[in-house]
Amino acid sequence: MSAIAPERAGVTTQASEESQPIRLAPNYWPFVIPALVVVGAVIVFPWAFTLWMSVNSWTLGQSRSFAGMENYLRLASDPRFWESLWHTLIYTFLSVVAPMFFGTVAALIFDARFALRGLLRGVFVMPMMATPVAVALVWTMMFHPQLGVLNYLLSLIGIPAQEWIFNANTVIPSLVAVETWQWTPLVMLIVLGGLASVPREPFESAEIDGANAWQQFRYLTLPMIAPFLMIAVIIRTIDALKSFDIIYAMTQGGPGTASETINIYLYNTAFSYYDMGYGSAMAVVFFIVIVALSFILLMLRQRSQWVETEGNR
Amino acid sequence: MSSRLLNKIGLFFAALVLVSPAILFFLWMISLSLKFEIDNGAYPPILIPERFAWSNYAKVFEENNFLLYLWNSVLVTGTATLLALLIGVPAGYGIARLKAERSAIVIMIARMTPGLSYLIPLFLLFQWLGILGTLWPQIIIHLVVTVPIVVWVMIGYFETTPMELEEAANIDGASSWQVFRLVALPIAKPGIVVAFILSIIFSWNNFVFGVVLASRETRTLPVAVYNMLSYEQVSWGPLAAAALVVTLPVLVLTMFAQRQIVAGLTAGAVKGG
Repeated sequence: MSAIAPERAGVTTQASEESQPIRLAPNYWPFVIPALVVVGAVIVFPWAFTLWMSVNSWTLGQSRSFAGMENYLRLASDPRFWESLWHTLIYTFLSVVAPMFFGTVAALIFDARFALRGLLRGVFVMPMMATPVAVALVWTMMFHPQLGVLNYLLSLIGIPAQEWIFNANTVIPSLVAVETWQWTPLVMLIVLGGLASVPREPFESAEIDGANAWQQFRYLTLPMIAPFLMIAVIIRTIDALKSFDIIYAMTQGGPGTASETINIYLYNTAFSYYDMGYGSAMAVVFFIVIVALSFILLMLRQRSQWVETEGNR
Repeated sequence: MSSRLLNKIGLFFAALVLVSPAILFFLWMISLSLKFEIDNGAYPPILIPERFAWSNYAKVFEENNFLLYLWNSVLVTGTATLLALLIGVPAGYGIARLKAERSAIVIMIARMTPGLSYLIPLFLLFQWLGILGTLWPQIIIHLVVTVPIVVWVMIGYFETTPMELEEAANIDGASSWQVFRLVALPIAKPGIVVAFILSIIFSWNNFVFGVVLASRETRTLPVAVYNMLSYEQVSWGPLAAAALVVTLPVLVLTMFAQRQIVAGLTAGAVKGG
């Protein structure tokens, strides 16, 4: 923005930028139109169609009929749906908190200079890029109660063998561990970006004033990277809510329905039972949940930024 | 001085601890893929076996039609990425120059939408069109992943490229298309590389679209590996070898293009709010 400002400091409206009478204003719309067509076809059309399907009763192979709000009412009284919503919320909460903690710690460490930093950071980022199905497969073997390497490692420090993803009580935390393993690097990268924008001077004067490392972190670093932490929380929340690959490939929602999130239940409804109408209604409600949670977090972010600028004055 | 050195050593070990889950995982993955059944079933587990089971890799390609699925993955990811670049690079340019920041909301919503909600309508559409047996449904639906990535990265990139050259070309009478083609595009090459790499990775890794849309002949690698998991639970060696084959191209790309990937992801993520 500031790059175009100096020449015409007095003129503030954006439209005037190209308003010199002699030459034609460049027309940028043709560049955007192909993308608009594609977005319309693969994003907007599916949404419209999903909305329409959700008020119809249609199982593949049978005849379709208009159902009004029937699917939504059925959803409200479906215990399996409420259970899956609950699983989704627990899974999401844990899959935000754990990567946020480890990711912030990692960012603080990788922000400093030490030997082999580039190499270690490179390895640290790799889980995020690995194919989720491959990751799920190897973790499944590592979680194996008898032959898995994890139980062996636990036995070395005297902890009894766990059943991990094969026990209804431990399946969600075990899946969260995999999710955390894979997505902590993204949090680290975002927070690292925040740390890079932190100015040096306040720390120098704090040091002179005798502030210790914790005080510097608590009262200088943390407030300054708060907006980046919020962005990381928002992105992590959206991704964790939508998580599918790892859960489906490792447990398919099991044992029983102990790890069935909305996304998995949605998949089963639409593509195992081929109940397209009901599945569409679930997709709509699921999307509303995601948007609502993101919106709440965005509001919080707005507020935190506001407090931020207030504090700086 | 010595306390600073001590500090650096401390940081190094702290970083090592943080990276150790990643190192352990990938080492164990390689170990599993190179062991015979006896060694994989041994207790306590063996990290480095006495005999390497290279045959696991041979088995993967011989028994599971893996070459076909590899080719399918290359076609789907390649076509979806090239199409996304063709469409998304100009779009990113147009949006950046129009300062249509609201359009970013569309991309945000695309990111929020679970993949499955695209799948129900598009699955029915593809069925109706009768193209479910081909690779086209997967190529088309992968655009849901690749186009937003490319547009997102390119908006960020074109916003930072200087306008002066374009304005000069415009004064000299160049058309919008010529300005884009001859002035903006050459400068934007590094941005295109970032968009290309990220698009490849996320398309290659995608699983959910394939699991619904792929038939026996049109599976991509992640789906093929998943199918091995469900039908051949017994032999771990070939399974781990298959997993490594699927993810190796992406990991190699990550190692060689680390700087671009980090730049692209942080830019995209930080703009994401």
